[in-house]
Amino acid sequence: MNRFIQYSITFFAWISGIILVASLTLLLAFLIYKGIGSLNLFLIFGETKPMDVLLMRKEVLDGLFPAIVGTILLITASIVWAIPIGVASGIYLAEYCNLRWKPFFNFMLDLLAGVPSILVGLFGFSLSIFLHRHLSEHIYPCFLISSMALACLVLPYIIRTTEQALVNLPFSVKTTGLALGASRLQNILFILIPYNLSRIISGIILAIGRCAEDTAVIMLTGVVAMAGIPHSLLAKYEALPFYIFYISSDYNSQEELMKGFGACIILLAVCAVFFTLANILKRKAEIRFATRL
Amino acid sequence: MKPFIEKCAEKGFLFSAIVSASITILILSFMIFFSFPIFKAGDIAAFFTLEWNPYEGKFGILPMMAGTGIIASLALFIATPFGIGCSAIISVFSKGSSGRFLRKVVEFMTGIPTVIYGFVAIFLLVPFIREIFKKGTGMCVLSASIMLAILILPTIVLFLSDAFNSVPKSYIDAADSLGATPAQKLVYVIIPYAWKGIISGLVLAAGRAVGDTLIALMIAGNALQIPTGLDDAARTLTSHIALIIASDYESPEFKSIFLCGLILFAFTILIVLIMRSLGYFKILGKR
Repeated sequence: MNRFIQYSITFFAWISGIILVASLTLLLAFLIYKGIGSLNLFLIFGETKPMDVLLMRKEVLDGLFPAIVGTILLITASIVWAIPIGVASGIYLAEYCNLRWKPFFNFMLDLLAGVPSILVGLFGFSLSIFLHRHLSEHIYPCFLISSMALACLVLPYIIRTTEQALVNLPFSVKTTGLALGASRLQNILFILIPYNLSRIISGIILAIGRCAEDTAVIMLTGVVAMAGIPHSLLAKYEALPFYIFYISSDYNSQEELMKGFGACIILLAVCAVFFTLANILKRKAEIRFATRL
Repeated sequence: MKPFIEKCAEKGFLFSAIVSASITILILSFMIFFSFPIFKAGDIAAFFTLEWNPYEGKFGILPMMAGTGIIASLALFIATPFGIGCSAIISVFSKGSSGRFLRKVVEFMTGIPTVIYGFVAIFLLVPFIREIFKKGTGMCVLSASIMLAILILPTIVLFLSDAFNSVPKSYIDAADSLGATPAQKLVYVIIPYAWKGIISGLVLAAGRAVGDTLIALMIAGNALQIPTGLDDAARTLTSHIALIIASDYESPEFKSIFLCGLILFAFTILIVLIMRSLGYFKILGKR
């Protein structure tokens, strides 16, 4: 290979790295430049006094407050669905599943992890039609359906991190408890899980971040642009990512657009915090292994 | 602990695993259940036609399939060279601080919500593209492909740099002792060794590009036509599902979105099977 080709390969690699960093910087700088001016209490609470809102005396009509609360409630509900099923499935795959069934579960989970999120949304939507026809006339796409569909979306993340956290333990850790007479369940609950808890939690936090940012699932399962804070599980609701999507196609004034940019910054900050937290926990788990082994 | 509790716990774990696995089956069966009337009526061929015109009873989904195919492959075409370049920096050219920094940046990109990419693109990229083509709204195949390329780039880079790093150290040492430059190592040692990883990374990225909804929905223009140029507006299967959802439950339009869903599901199965045949048995990428 002659010099020139070598130099051009190296040059191209560095250029692509620089373009990547530059385009990301441009994107974030543009967002912050446009949105920083609208970041204040008015953006969140509108004309209403913050104290009145927090004490639930008044509803916010022109602020982001209902969307933020909607997103928080949605995350909580989905995670409440997903954690028990996800962690339990992860434990089953890591500790109990025999080799005959493992390929089946792996294939199904790979598929679930790979299905486009809009299909998970479509699934939630068709589930609500199905329940509407066969169970109760009152069921439409709503908060409950959304949280269930979102739980399906993040389930593979929780299952896989739990499984990995348990499988990748050193042999000595896995067997010491059993050698001392602990039962299989005791070994899992009191030794294996506590030993690698931070890794499991990092998976859960990553799942929370996915719940916070997802738009495709919720736009099919009951999120709307104006609903206020949901008062029941069967009510429509607002959410931050959908608000951003809605504003982008349907803004009436420059002011509304600025609110969209403000909402973007809030959502980005929330996701960045979750993401960093998950990574810190993951790194902590890795470092602990490196030093103990 | 009592044997009874042990047994219960084991059954509980098994039950959860069955629930998780059955969600996949449930998704597929709902798609089939709701698109079943089409198959029964026997007019399935009518859906694979070119024209979408509800007023004349024409519900061809071919334009959406073409839109998905064109936008996704263009995005992959743009992202691949950049992806290989960036992962080469991370695992070959700069193992030091700049490579680590680049990897951190790419990891951070996986955490940025898709809707934010779309939102910024509308006000930053779309006006720019509009200026270049001097026609239309700027919401076109090219804008969507560029943004989609940025979206799938982290998937490619993280997968490829792991594949590059999996080359045994003895190979690298041998190349080093023969006096190979980093560029020679990349071309003669690392890429031939890691080609399976490279293909898998690109397949996974293709899956993401096809499955993404928001970018195409926000900036591809959503026109019901087969795009003929980079400046044409187009609609993808995913954004078609998102756009039609509001209509009447019994209408053929509505049934057609489940057909779109089935096609996307079949594509996912294909991706997973390819990944498995290349030796990757546990796949977890961001959608």
